[in-house]
Amino acid sequence: MIELALRLPRDAFMLDVQLSLPSRGVSALFGPSGCGKTTLLRALAGLERAAGRVAIGEQVWQDDAAGVFVPVHRRPIGYVIQEAALFPHLDVRRNIDYGRRRVAASAQRVALDGVIELLGIAHLLQRRTGTLSGGERQRVAIARALGTSPGLLLMDEPLAALDAQRKAEVLPYLERLHAELDIPVVYVSHAIDEVARLAHHLVLLAQGRVLAAGPLAEVMSRLDLPTAHGEAAGVVLEARLAERDAQWQLARFDLGEGHALWARDPGLATGRAVRLRVLARDVSLSLSPHSGSSIGNQLPGQVQDMADDTHPALTLVRVRVGRVPVVARLTRRSAHALQLAPGRPVWVQVKTVALLP
Amino acid sequence: MDAAEWQAVRLTAELAGLSTLLLLLLGTPLAWWLARTRSALKPVAASLVAMPLVLPPTVLGFYLLLLMGPQGPVGQLTQWLGLGRLPFTFAGLVVASVLYSMPFVVQPLQQAFEAVPERLLEAAATLRASAWDRFFSVALPLARPGLLTATVLGFAHTVGEFGVVLMIGGNIPGATRVLSVAIYDHVEASEFAHAHRLAAGMVVFAMAVLVTLYVVNRPRRELRTRAQPSALGTAAAPIARAPHPGEAP
Repeated sequence: MIELALRLPRDAFMLDVQLSLPSRGVSALFGPSGCGKTTLLRALAGLERAAGRVAIGEQVWQDDAAGVFVPVHRRPIGYVIQEAALFPHLDVRRNIDYGRRRVAASAQRVALDGVIELLGIAHLLQRRTGTLSGGERQRVAIARALGTSPGLLLMDEPLAALDAQRKAEVLPYLERLHAELDIPVVYVSHAIDEVARLAHHLVLLAQGRVLAAGPLAEVMSRLDLPTAHGEAAGVVLEARLAERDAQWQLARFDLGEGHALWARDPGLATGRAVRLRVLARDVSLSLSPHSGSSIGNQLPGQVQDMADDTHPALTLVRVRVGRVPVVARLTRRSAHALQLAPGRPVWVQVKTVALLP
Repeated sequence: MDAAEWQAVRLTAELAGLSTLLLLLLGTPLAWWLARTRSALKPVAASLVAMPLVLPPTVLGFYLLLLMGPQGPVGQLTQWLGLGRLPFTFAGLVVASVLYSMPFVVQPLQQAFEAVPERLLEAAATLRASAWDRFFSVALPLARPGLLTATVLGFAHTVGEFGVVLMIGGNIPGATRVLSVAIYDHVEASEFAHAHRLAAGMVVFAMAVLVTLYVVNRPRRELRTRAQPSALGTAAAPIARAPHPGEAP
């Protein structure tokens, strides 16, 4: 576990955070600009001197009560920021080697050649950093950070400076990184689509405080949080590609407990784990399964709770399909007509399933 | 050129070389501190360093003479240490030159260090580099143009110094009779041909040094996006001041 208890006064807010993050997977710190997520990450790295305690498993990095503060360069972290911060006086190869050369050979667990291959930057090694594109710079910065074989990778909006195309270029590398290296990541972002795609654990920050923290699916399906409102509101489902229908170019994605959704065949291998994003506006509810509907995805569930949406005509309903939470946005009239209330069995109809490959 | 003139040339080169070396050793940490500190002492320290830019050399020379003289605190210390007195010795000239040329070394270095982005130093820290390591592997290489400017200006300015030399060193052949003083002597004695030879030599030297500096420090294309003051900027600042009366070129 990563245990944080940090306080730091800032001009606009007071960072005051007590947090436990899992020591596996990607934990996202999510919130609007100026909510303190970058400050929190910097304090975790030791770049910012907050008051409190930081412990990673058995290792204590900061404990003011015991007078412990491990300086940044002695913390086994990798740190990647938005601007990449490559050294302009070194070429790509020497940038990547900078951290690796400072770590004892016996402590090197990451095979850097593999990382260079994984990030697709082998052809850039002789280049000067000034000639790289934004996406290339970011990938080099990630390789450089991994060169120290970090026990924890900290990423501060690594994709924010990139346009949509470059983002799409780097994102798959980040996912492969997680899949192949198994280094815990704390990922700061203000883009919910990045979070939905990468994170396993989600921390919502506002004004320097933690609004909510927990497994991604749980936090994203909570109706009492700002994430439940707006067009991008919805849930992320972990699924497995179980079967494909060659005639209609569709694939079946198993959600577990016997439930499944059909969506466009992404062309991935059968058995592969994928994430599905189901937006609240694409979900409708009914009391019985429809047969004459164009919507093919129908799942049995039970209403868990309901909340007002920002517009007075709309209401949000969280339904459990087995253990899986799904959020639907309905008009209040529909909810009234269906007599929806917690505990009521309903059929969930999913119009669109977005695949997060 | 006669032997006395060659002696003056050699002495000047030795003085400037040794002073520059000491200036870099003292000036680099001082410039780094000035560039990074948020201490309330910074304006005071920066002003002390810059004093020789605005003070007439004679003023500086006068007080150094008093300080290093037999009754002065520095003089008493050097005598107590068995080093003798500094005025009218080569060592005295070195001390005076170091103080007098300090701003020409510290200011370009400070500007170059200030231009090193904090995030690069932080990146180095997250890549396991200690404070010393960060300084030598990131800050110093990035400040290279400033370092070159500082070295050249420190050397050239020591070569061109006159007022302080006269106050502290007098005119002792082989010990304190440097080029600028030798030229002054020739002019006093109406030996214009001799004066010309040395003076023209110094003009050529100064020109060659500055052209080399400007060419070598030309910003490279791929580095230009970085917020780094150009070599011309750092070099031009100290040069732009008005020369003091009686000062050699």
